[in-house]
Amino acid sequence: MSLDKATVASIAALARLRVPEDRLEAMVGDLNAILGFVEQLDEVDTAGVEPLASVTGHALPLRDDVVTDGGYPDRVTANAPDAAGSFYAVPKVVE
Amino acid sequence: MAGILDLDLVAARDALRAREISSTELTSAYLARIEATRDLNAYITVTADKALAMAAAADARLAKGEAGALEGLPIAVKDLYCTEGVLTTAASHILDGFKPTYESTVTARLWDAGAVMLGKTNLDEFAMGSSSGTSYYGPPVSPWRSAQDAETRLVPGGSSGGSAAAVAGWAALAATGTDTGGSIRQPASFTGIVGLKPSYGRCSRWGIVAFASSLDQAGPMTRTVRDAAVMLTAMAGHDPKDSTSAAEALPDLEATLESGVKGLRIGVPREYRVDGMPSEIEAIWARGIEWLRDAGAEIVDIALPHTKYALPTYYIIAPAEASSNLARYDGVRFGLRVEGGSLAEMYANTRGAGFGAEVQRRVLIGTYVLSAGYYDAYYRKAQRVRALIRRDFDEAFRRVDAILAPTSPSDAFAVGANDDDPIKMYLNDVFTVPASLAGLPGMSVPAGLSARGLPLGLQVLGRMFDEAMVLRVGRAIEKAAAFSARPAMLEGV
Repeated sequence: MSLDKATVASIAALARLRVPEDRLEAMVGDLNAILGFVEQLDEVDTAGVEPLASVTGHALPLRDDVVTDGGYPDRVTANAPDAAGSFYAVPKVVE
Repeated sequence: MAGILDLDLVAARDALRAREISSTELTSAYLARIEATRDLNAYITVTADKALAMAAAADARLAKGEAGALEGLPIAVKDLYCTEGVLTTAASHILDGFKPTYESTVTARLWDAGAVMLGKTNLDEFAMGSSSGTSYYGPPVSPWRSAQDAETRLVPGGSSGGSAAAVAGWAALAATGTDTGGSIRQPASFTGIVGLKPSYGRCSRWGIVAFASSLDQAGPMTRTVRDAAVMLTAMAGHDPKDSTSAAEALPDLEATLESGVKGLRIGVPREYRVDGMPSEIEAIWARGIEWLRDAGAEIVDIALPHTKYALPTYYIIAPAEASSNLARYDGVRFGLRVEGGSLAEMYANTRGAGFGAEVQRRVLIGTYVLSAGYYDAYYRKAQRVRALIRRDFDEAFRRVDAILAPTSPSDAFAVGANDDDPIKMYLNDVFTVPASLAGLPGMSVPAGLSARGLPLGLQVLGRMFDEAMVLRVGRAIEKAAAFSARPAMLEGV
C-alpha cells in the first residue's frame, strides 16, 4: 500500500515530530520507497512460525525487588535544558 | 621514538610492559597524529588532557608492575558510548551539550584494564547509515584514495566510520564500534582494518545510546585479528545492568588463535552470490575460499534460503525499535530544546529540529509499522521472517564450523554518493544484516585491494557465542592474505 501526505502527517503527529509542509512531499516519497522495499516479505510463507524477539534464547534474569541505585537527583537532572530544584521544568500543561 | 605509531595494539602492549616506551610517549604521538589528520574528521571530541592524565596514571602502574590487560594503550571511542563528563553526541544535534553523569559498562571495563581514551569518534547520526554521512558534525573521510582518482574523498563506511578512519589513519591504536546491521564490519572492510561484531549479548549495552535494542552490539575495531581478540576480552562480560547481556563464559581467545583451520568445515552460502555483484568481490571471495582450502579446511556449499529477505526484515525491525528508543529525546531531560506553545508542540519542535532526515525517516517508518492495524502485517511478520533467517543459520551450523562471505558488495564510495537514495544506501549491508538478525558473531578481515586500490574485506561468521572460532578462521585468512597495503597518507609517518 502507499501512504499519502495526510497519512504521513498523522504518523508524524503520533511520533511527536514536526515535519514542515515543504518537506512533507519528499518524506512521502522516501517512506513509500522503503515500504515498497519491505513489502517483499509478503512472499514469505510464515504460517506456523513463532515470531523471534530474542536471539540468545536466555530467559530474562530476575533480581530481588530492592532499590540498588539512586538518591542523586542533581546528577539525574544535570543535563536538563530547564530544571527547578530536583525537577524537570516543562511548559505549563494544566491551566 | 621513530615508528611508534607503527606498533599494533599487541606490539605496543608488549613494548610498554618491557618499558621500551611509555604510555605518555605513545599517547602524545597519537594526539599529535590526531592533530595532523584533522581533515579526516574522524573525531567529534578529542580528550587530550584526559588522555595525558590517564597515560601518566598508566605509566605509574606499569612502573609498579601492576599493568592491566590494556595498560597505557590509547584508543578511541565511538561517540555512541556514554562517557562520564565527556560530551556524548551520537552525532545528533538533539544531544547538544550532553555530558553523561555515568560511564558505559564497556568503556568502564576498558579504562579498568588500563586503556587511555583519546576521544570520541564520528558516526552516522544515532548509528543509522552506512557511510557516516548522516553525522550532524559533517562526514568523516577515509584515509584511503582511489589509485585512479586521488582527489575524490571516500567514505570510511558506517556507522562506525570515524572509528574506522581513526584506526586506518593511525589516529588511534584501536577503537570501539557498535554494529546493528553491519556498522563495525562494513567500515572495517572499507578501510582495511579488522572489525569484530560479537554475539548479541556478549558485551553489555548499558550506557550505549540505543538504536535497535535487539540488534545493537559493541565490538572492537583494530589493525590485527589478535588485537581484536585482546580488546574483545577486555570489553566482554556479563553485566547485571543489561538484562540481555549473556552470562556465557568467554574462553581464552588468544589460546586458539593460531590453531589453524585444518579439518574445519567452512560453509560458503550460495545465496550470497547476489545479482550484479562486482566481479572483484566474487574474486576476493573465491581467493578466500582457496586460502582456507589450502590451509586444510573442507569447503562446504550451504544454503541460507531466506538471505534475500534479511534487509527488508531489518528495515522493519530496526526502525520499529529505533522509533521506540528515540522517544526519550523530548527536550525535557537532556540535549536540545526548541520551545513551543504547549508541551506537545515543544516535543515536536525539538524532535523536528534535532533529528536529521535519515533519523526522521526511520522514526516515521517505525511509528507506522508499530501502529494499530499495521503491527501484525509489518512488525510481527518481520519477527517471523527473522525466526526463519535464524533457522537457516542453525541448520547450516549443524554442518559447518564457520561461514565465509564477502563483507560488503563494493569497495568504498565517494563522500555524498547514495545520500539521496535510502534504499541504495541500505544495500551496503546485504551481507552483514543476516548475521545481525540471527545474533551471530561476525568479523571482517582485510583480504585484498580492488581494481581502484581500495581495501576489500572478507567476513567470517560463527555460531552463537563462538567468537573463538571466528577469530581462529579470521586469523587464518589474515595470514594467507598477508594484507600489507596502507593508505598513501601514511607514507613517511
